Amino acid sequence: MPKVKETEILIVGGGPAGLSAASAAANLGASVLVLERDGKPGGQLIKQTHKFFGSKKQYAGDRGYQIGDLLIEQCGNNPNVEVWTDTTALGIYEDGVVTAEGQAKHLKINPKKIIVATGASEKMIAFPNNDLPGIYGAGAVQTLMNVHGIVPGKRVLMIGAGNIGLIVSYQLMQAGVEIAAIIEAAPTIGGYLVHASKIQRAGVPILTSHTITEAYGDESVAGAIICKLDESWQPVSGSEQDLKVDVICLAVGLSPLTELCFQADCQMKYVSELSGHVPVRNEYLETTRPGLYVAGDVSGVEEASSAMVEGRLAGISAACSLGYGEDIAPKLQAEALAELSELRAGPAGQKTLRGIMNLMDKGGAVC
Amino acid sequence: MLNKTGIPTAEDVKKVSPSEDRLKKGPVAIIECFQEIPCNPCTEACKQGAIQPMEDINNLPKLDFDKCNGCGVCLSRCPGLAIFIVDASYSDTEAVVRIPFEYLPVPQVSDKVVGLSRAGEELGVFEVIKVQSGGQKNKTYTLWLVVPNDLAMDVRSIRLGGVRHAN
Repeated sequence: MPKVKETEILIVGGGPAGLSAASAAANLGASVLVLERDGKPGGQLIKQTHKFFGSKKQYAGDRGYQIGDLLIEQCGNNPNVEVWTDTTALGIYEDGVVTAEGQAKHLKINPKKIIVATGASEKMIAFPNNDLPGIYGAGAVQTLMNVHGIVPGKRVLMIGAGNIGLIVSYQLMQAGVEIAAIIEAAPTIGGYLVHASKIQRAGVPILTSHTITEAYGDESVAGAIICKLDESWQPVSGSEQDLKVDVICLAVGLSPLTELCFQADCQMKYVSELSGHVPVRNEYLETTRPGLYVAGDVSGVEEASSAMVEGRLAGISAACSLGYGEDIAPKLQAEALAELSELRAGPAGQKTLRGIMNLMDKGGAVC
Repeated sequence: MLNKTGIPTAEDVKKVSPSEDRLKKGPVAIIECFQEIPCNPCTEACKQGAIQPMEDINNLPKLDFDKCNGCGVCLSRCPGLAIFIVDASYSDTEAVVRIPFEYLPVPQVSDKVVGLSRAGEELGVFEVIKVQSGGQKNKTYTLWLVVPNDLAMDVRSIRLGGVRHAN
């Protein structure tokens, strides 16, 4: 192997955004290398057993893992796409060289364009004994159950009624695990109400305006104290409940995984609607570092359906900037942008739209 | 209420319910989708032209009860598991409620199951008269439950793990 691997487009992350970017760019003729930290590409999709929303264009009605298989197959069938699994990107240097650790080696890659599609990481919340064994992030519970076939315990307290909290609760129920309750500090359910309704009608209570005050147990979780919150989010005294659970699952939000963008000196901005620091980028997802694009949760936490469309948009844009598909790229870009607007047009997308406005208007990006 | 608990209110349900007359005529879909989210597989599933195409993918589904024949294709396609079929013409005293089901074990025909309301409350023990597989790809089962007429618009789930787990 040459000392430095040459490729036209390097994609960091083989999740829904990265794989969509890879096949979109490769379909236009660009050669693509995808770096995937895990042993198998697919990202979070491989753990999603529920049917996805959206439209046919985003494979709505198919289950997440089926969409993952499809994206992996599309990349596998395309001779322009190479995927390196078990490979973690380490840094993006001033001269454009990207380093990675993989195959037990320190690897150097020299791409013409880079698409960062690293996704997001889970947030943690503070409460006494939150380091007891038996307290998991929702992503870990999904990995245990849906990748390795291991249930995390017998009775779970789920913290967070966003889509992840609701979906992982449903998956736990499907695996035969009891959910003691889903609690949510906000006064309303954050996730899609159809997910909430199907859990409620199976007999699992969703308690909004509730929080955890402590976990307890000697060697591992034996229970949790929860309480009600008043309108100013203060604990209501006397409302404490003791739930005997052996698992506490945290689904309290995600933060964009942006270390590489910071390190590559992209201009960054904190946008609460996008869930944290995100790189300033133009409409075609190119950051302030020319030739470096972002797609998916790293550019603002959202749904997998929009991550796939963003991936496609970034892939087309990067390939087009290398001279591929110049005749059809504008049409494909317009289609992707129209799909994104469509997905974000409803009440559920307003937060993302506000976040993007905020990011683009004041961020000084060239649009 | 719905956005605090996940339980649709009587008013919510009323908005998506057909008339008594229509219910008595035979099977019809009840689309219990109350929140505008980007989702439209039901519109493509309907071959009767009863679920109208959406101008905006975030629109709520609109069902023409007179065109709906209760075939149930939308029920098994809905990613939100929010569609049910009610057949109030089943007998003089009983109706059939079809519900989507994605748990294990899957009940068998002639099994007795504990029917639950939208709030997860037990409404009685009912017989399963048919179990439809969604197929290799779709995987969502459809359970046909026979319930008393007056519970046709209330039974929406079953107690997981069978009758022995009833309270």
